[in-house]
Amino acid sequence: MATTTILYAALTIGLIGMIAAVILYFVSKVFHVEEDPRIDEVQACLPGANCGGCGFAGCRAMAEAMVKTMDLNIAYCPGGDYGKIGEILGIKAEARDPQVCVVRCNGTCENAPAKVNYDSAITCAFANSLYAGESACPFGCLGCGDCVNACQFDAIHINPETHLPEVNEDLCVGCKACAKACPRGVLEIRDKGRNNRRVFVACNNKEKGAVARKNCKAACIGCGKCAKTCPFEAITVTDNLAYIDPAKCKACRKCVAECPTGAIHAVNFPEKKAPVAAEAPAETTQPAENA
Amino acid sequence: MNDRIPQLAGELATEISKELKSDIRKLGKKTFNLGGVHPEANKFAHSAEVVTFPLPDQAVVYMTQHLGAPATPIVQKGDKVKVGQLIGEAQTFMCANIHSPISGTVNRIDMIADISGYKKPAIVIDREGDEWDESIDTTPDIIREIKLNKEEIIARMKDRGIVGLGGACFPTHIKYMLKPEQKCEYLIVNAAECEPYISTDNRVILERTEQCLIGIEIALIASGAEKAIIGIEDNKPRAIAALVEMCKKFTNIEVQPLRIKYPQGAEKQLIKAITGRSVPNGALPISVGCIVNNITTMYVLYQAVQKNKPIIQAYTTVSGKSLPAEQCKIFRLRIGTPIRDVLNAVGIPEDTGKIISGGPMMGKAIANLDGHIAKGMGSLLFMNEKESRRGEVHPCLRCGKCVSACPMGLQPFMLHAYAERGRFEDCENFGIMNCIECGSCSFSCPSNRPLVDFLRVGKAKTGAMIRARNAK
Repeated sequence: MATTTILYAALTIGLIGMIAAVILYFVSKVFHVEEDPRIDEVQACLPGANCGGCGFAGCRAMAEAMVKTMDLNIAYCPGGDYGKIGEILGIKAEARDPQVCVVRCNGTCENAPAKVNYDSAITCAFANSLYAGESACPFGCLGCGDCVNACQFDAIHINPETHLPEVNEDLCVGCKACAKACPRGVLEIRDKGRNNRRVFVACNNKEKGAVARKNCKAACIGCGKCAKTCPFEAITVTDNLAYIDPAKCKACRKCVAECPTGAIHAVNFPEKKAPVAAEAPAETTQPAENA
Repeated sequence: MNDRIPQLAGELATEISKELKSDIRKLGKKTFNLGGVHPEANKFAHSAEVVTFPLPDQAVVYMTQHLGAPATPIVQKGDKVKVGQLIGEAQTFMCANIHSPISGTVNRIDMIADISGYKKPAIVIDREGDEWDESIDTTPDIIREIKLNKEEIIARMKDRGIVGLGGACFPTHIKYMLKPEQKCEYLIVNAAECEPYISTDNRVILERTEQCLIGIEIALIASGAEKAIIGIEDNKPRAIAALVEMCKKFTNIEVQPLRIKYPQGAEKQLIKAITGRSVPNGALPISVGCIVNNITTMYVLYQAVQKNKPIIQAYTTVSGKSLPAEQCKIFRLRIGTPIRDVLNAVGIPEDTGKIISGGPMMGKAIANLDGHIAKGMGSLLFMNEKESRRGEVHPCLRCGKCVSACPMGLQPFMLHAYAERGRFEDCENFGIMNCIECGSCSFSCPSNRPLVDFLRVGKAKTGAMIRARNAK
């Protein structure tokens, strides 16, 4: 009795399975969608974080658009392997400089001491709508971490000591998600530079020098000394704020020494060779051992 | 705390004649039906008379003292100005004129930080004496007869820079510029003053009753409404009595006492309480035939029309738990007075945790004490250390208290979750644009969640999203 019941049950289920398999087989043949296999291959070359930094809904959407238009320049994905995508699509990929996020604020707790305490929703968007900031600098970092939440790569974190975001250069792909999330435009996506060496103005304050300096010791006061010193005309001062054009900057670091408030930061330079580097700018930017 | 109670009891137990009491009882009490909370009233300054604050040596007059675009300065450095002289002109639709609050010389036109710490365009005037513009009637006589017609009144509102003094500072003349198809049936005068601590409206009513009512008569002409109803919460019995008594001299003005409930002073809630009409989502009060104005606005309207006096003064309640009872006062301040002067006059008690401009429910903590008084700055509240700290935030319990408290029938806990995660389309579907930011949700939350904070973020972002979509 028991064995026949099991047998019938097994046979019935097996039969249903067979019929379903046959139906599925034919349905998949009839409704087959022809998809370019290159889309999958291109997608594999993209980071897969779906950050939306390129302007498409996700990596798949960008891959589809690239394959459809056969154009690598429709959008730029900083984490994408363009060389490989070029091979797949049979187009020559232009070399692009890798980019990275830099924090244009140096209002640490020490440089810009807090005058008021913020005790509300921990989101920069809201804090920005309420008040000028704990240090009263209306252009500086609010330190609530909207950029941290926006980053899909875990590359940006708030340093609890300085209350400023810090970027992990190895993880940052320069997708601009953080720059879009920042209500004050403190974060800038810049070219990584040769050997990751960059010189930038770590300040976003467009107020007059004396006013900016009152709230923050490390503020750019728009004095223009850096612009005069720069041998490559890479520095411009607009609205009391200096800006170093990464395309023109040769990372000579003359401006760093000249800045009276220390608002210009140079990162990833070897420490002891600093004075030599300032003497001969063009050559010292590419030492072989760091390539 | 105990030392404050006799003061309040004195306010409540004043001699109101029996007939008047029965008259008031006949009026009944109304309120709105949906949501609402009952914060402690703490009206410490209820019986304090309005004190005129000394003139400042230097006034900083911001060009944005209203909702909308900043006014354009029309004076230059070194110009001599008189009290009430036009110094900032409204050049766009959503804007209001700004007048000089003191007489003297223009020191400079600069960007100066306001109470939020953000720098705003402002005119700095050094005071010399107190010379008023000739066109302004400075006599204390009450002028009852209204000579201007509808158009002239609206033009005067615009010219004299009248803005709503309930807090939002909405340019008043815009409310009265009705389209031909719109008709105003009721002029609702907002004297609810539902925010705790604030007693400005109460004192203005008590000390300037007749002027307020003449102001309402002027607004009746401007709006074309048949009837004006003053909505006033019943924690101001003397003000109600004064209004009922004075209304006998006027036709078409009624007083409607309201049961205490926050946010009764919000436009839509007040209309619901008084007329029973619901303003549709996204519509203005005029869509149900109402215009709502604050009672202090009615007083300045009286001054503007009958005396040609612009808004150059602010009536500011200075109160709070950390202040000693005798220091809880109401000041008549010139616009542009440094807030520091006010703080020095009352003294900042050691226990003060923060100072708020506006009521404790909707007001904003002052981030920059070097700011200056602006139009509509109805109160400066001193919160003690304990009150000013937010409690520890716990996870949402889904208890639904915020849903019961919301006077707009929204689900604040859902909106908070969506706004926090940046899902603004969902925010829109859940009606975030109807939020009036009254703070009832945060007030009622047992988990201390910053609901209204995120609702404000969500509302701003969703509004931007909708505008961007409509612009396409």
